[in-house]
Amino acid sequence: MSSAAARKPRPKYLSLRALLLEIRLPLPGWVSIFHRISGALLVFPFAAWLLYLLDASLLSESGYEKVKGTLGLPLVKLGMLVFIWAWCHHFCAGIRFLLLDINRGIELRQARFSSYLVFLISLALTAYFGAKLW
Amino acid sequence: MVNRIVVGAHYGTRDWLAQRITALIMAMYSVILLVVLLRGSPLTFGVWKDLFASGWMRVATLLFAASLAWHAWVGVRDILMDYIKPDGLRLALQVLTLLLLATYVGWTVQVLWR
Repeated sequence: MSSAAARKPRPKYLSLRALLLEIRLPLPGWVSIFHRISGALLVFPFAAWLLYLLDASLLSESGYEKVKGTLGLPLVKLGMLVFIWAWCHHFCAGIRFLLLDINRGIELRQARFSSYLVFLISLALTAYFGAKLW
Repeated sequence: MVNRIVVGAHYGTRDWLAQRITALIMAMYSVILLVVLLRGSPLTFGVWKDLFASGWMRVATLLFAASLAWHAWVGVRDILMDYIKPDGLRLALQVLTLLLLATYVGWTVQVLWR
C-alpha cells in the first residue's frame, strides 16, 4: 500500500489553474463536462427564453410576427445557435449515457469512439440547424 | 458493490431512474415536434396556434414540461452538490432552482390553456 499514488499529499484542492491547464481530460471526459454545461445552460437561461418566445408567439398574430422579427436579429441568432448546440450535445451525450447504463459500449475503445461520435453528430446537427436558421 | 434493486426501497436509484425516463420522454417529444415542424405546412401564425391548440399537443407539452422540471431538478442538484460547498448557499440555490422549475411548469400551463 505504499505506491507512489498513495504517498501523494491528500486531499488535493484543485485550483482554477489546474482545472484549465494541468488536468487533461480524455475525450469521454469532455463529453461529460459539456453534458453538464449544456444541461445547466438549457435550464437557465434557455428554457426561460424559449418559454417566453412560445408565450409571445401564441398570444397574438402581432406577437408571432414580433418573435419572428426578433429571431432575425444577428445577436439573437447567435444565442439561438448556442441553444441549438446545447440541445444537440445534451441529446447525443444523453443517448450515449443511456447506452452506457445498459452496458452498451463500455469497453475503452468503444467508449472513445462513441465520445467521438457524440461530438461529430452534435456539431453536424448544430451546423445543419444553424444553416436553416440563417 | 451492494446489490440494489431499482424497484425496491430508495437508495437514490429513484432519482437516477426518473432522470432517465424523463430524458426519454423529452427526447421523443423533441423529435416528434421537429418532424411535425419540418414536414408540416409552412409555418404561419395559424398553423402554429392550431398546433398548440390540439389536445394531444397540449398534453404532450405539459408532460414535457413536467419531465423537464423533474429531470433538471436531479441534474441541477447534482451540480450544486458537486461545486457549492457551504450548506446555506447550497440550500438557497436549491430552493431557487425548485422555484424556477415550478415557475416553468406554471407558466407552461398558462401558455397552453388560456
